[in-house]
Amino acid sequence: MDSQNIMFIVLAVVITLSSVLTVVTRSIMRAATYLFFTLLGTAGLYFLMGYTFLGAVQVMVYAGGIIVLYVFAILLTRGTKDSLSENTKSKIILSAVLSLVGFGLAAYLIFIQQFKAEVLAAPNESVLTMQQIGTNMLSTDQGGYLLPFEAVSVLLLACIVAGLMIARKR
Amino acid sequence: MFDFSVISQWLHNLLLSIVPEWAAILIESVLVALVIITLYAVFAIVLIYMERKICGFFQCRLGPNRVGKWGLLQVFADVFKMLQKEIIKMRQTDRFLHDLAPFFVVTASMLTFACLPWNKGAHMIDFNIGIFFILAVSSVGVVGILLAGWGSNSKYPLIGAMRSGAQIISYELSIGLTMLTMICLTGTMQISEIVEQQAAEGWNIFRGHVPALIAFVIYLIAGNAECNRGPFDLPEAESELTAGYHTEYSGMHFGYFYLAEYLNLFIAAGIASTIFLGGWAPLHIAGLDGFNGVMDAIPGIVWFLGKTFFVVFLFMWERWTLPRLRIDNILSLEWKYLMPISMANLVLMALVVAFKLYL
Repeated sequence: MDSQNIMFIVLAVVITLSSVLTVVTRSIMRAATYLFFTLLGTAGLYFLMGYTFLGAVQVMVYAGGIIVLYVFAILLTRGTKDSLSENTKSKIILSAVLSLVGFGLAAYLIFIQQFKAEVLAAPNESVLTMQQIGTNMLSTDQGGYLLPFEAVSVLLLACIVAGLMIARKR
Repeated sequence: MFDFSVISQWLHNLLLSIVPEWAAILIESVLVALVIITLYAVFAIVLIYMERKICGFFQCRLGPNRVGKWGLLQVFADVFKMLQKEIIKMRQTDRFLHDLAPFFVVTASMLTFACLPWNKGAHMIDFNIGIFFILAVSSVGVVGILLAGWGSNSKYPLIGAMRSGAQIISYELSIGLTMLTMICLTGTMQISEIVEQQAAEGWNIFRGHVPALIAFVIYLIAGNAECNRGPFDLPEAESELTAGYHTEYSGMHFGYFYLAEYLNLFIAAGIASTIFLGGWAPLHIAGLDGFNGVMDAIPGIVWFLGKTFFVVFLFMWERWTLPRLRIDNILSLEWKYLMPISMANLVLMALVVAFKLYL
């Protein structure tokens, strides 16, 4: 039992508890907050494995972007009626079946997977340097990510233009 | 130059000889956390006193002068008053989120605070993506502000939080671009390496000359906006919103927002002094060996604090000189002026680095 395993257990408990709370809470704002804890816990796992870049991206994109966007959307769209809709019988049955199927699938995958726990025993920050990530992102060689990178930027540009079209003054 | 890692290494070996490794790391983490919290409180007190005095002098007043000599004990009196105050409970609010919000703000600010380079070898958090980590964790504070606005269930905090969110997200772009400009020059994101490079080759603001100077000015403007301070203090504009997103907070919960505001100012200044003015690196002038020797004799922490408080003074100068802007003016200043300028500046810096025009 070394410090890394203790940290892993702490993070795993945080992630599991806040994931459960995200789906069972009735207030949409609390759900967003618990989701935020889940995402931060995931970032903590990345830091634990030494992937600091991925961890920082997780915090930046999900905390600085997605959650703020959610909270903004909640603030702008709804007033005091922020609780969820009532549960009907068919809704409960359908969601129970869906969650059982999802649980079974995830459990099956976990049990057939051969985990290589010993590979990640020693966290090392220099598994992947910033320079390597940057070069791969903009290279056209084997394993280069230039095309997806540019495709995503075109997509984002389209989103911005569409947003301007919707929000412009007529 | 004195290397602080000698002391931390000695402590680590001492602990290893007594307890197993995981316990040693745990004890060290607790010690570092205590140091961070203590420094956080001490700097908040210093900064609040400094702000009140400087504000007074800018407005041709004396500032606090009754409690203690030159009003030195005024801030302590304020702190004790705030500690004793009741934390009020309001009806029809989400208590949990309302009480959680200040902790988000203060945690984000403490995490960035831990990244500052205090001395050679005295870094608390030193990742290979240091600057990016600072940008990432500082965005957690926005969630706290938005939750504070929503959790208060009142109009003023809600408007203040919306303004603050829009403003911080916008100005983060300028901050990110100016930092990218400087990373382009240094070629590394690790904070300790950035400072050591400047100790060897001169401060970045001299090495990068024109683009670095433009980036520094943009950083000074955007940094003030990031901290929600005047002339960009619209989220808490007292004449229109009473106190913005922390209107409904009392006692130490208000105190956390207040602490985080001042410490964010210190952190913004500390980052400016790290990436532009060389962190703990002493001032060297090529050729003057005697002068350089004298400068080397001054400890690194004095250099770091001196530069940081100089930048804090610049921020305060800006705050107390300019009148408050309107919210649409603030957003158009960022999106129509600062961001295009910093993008052009990034290209300029890339050209300077590509043609090796830096000093």
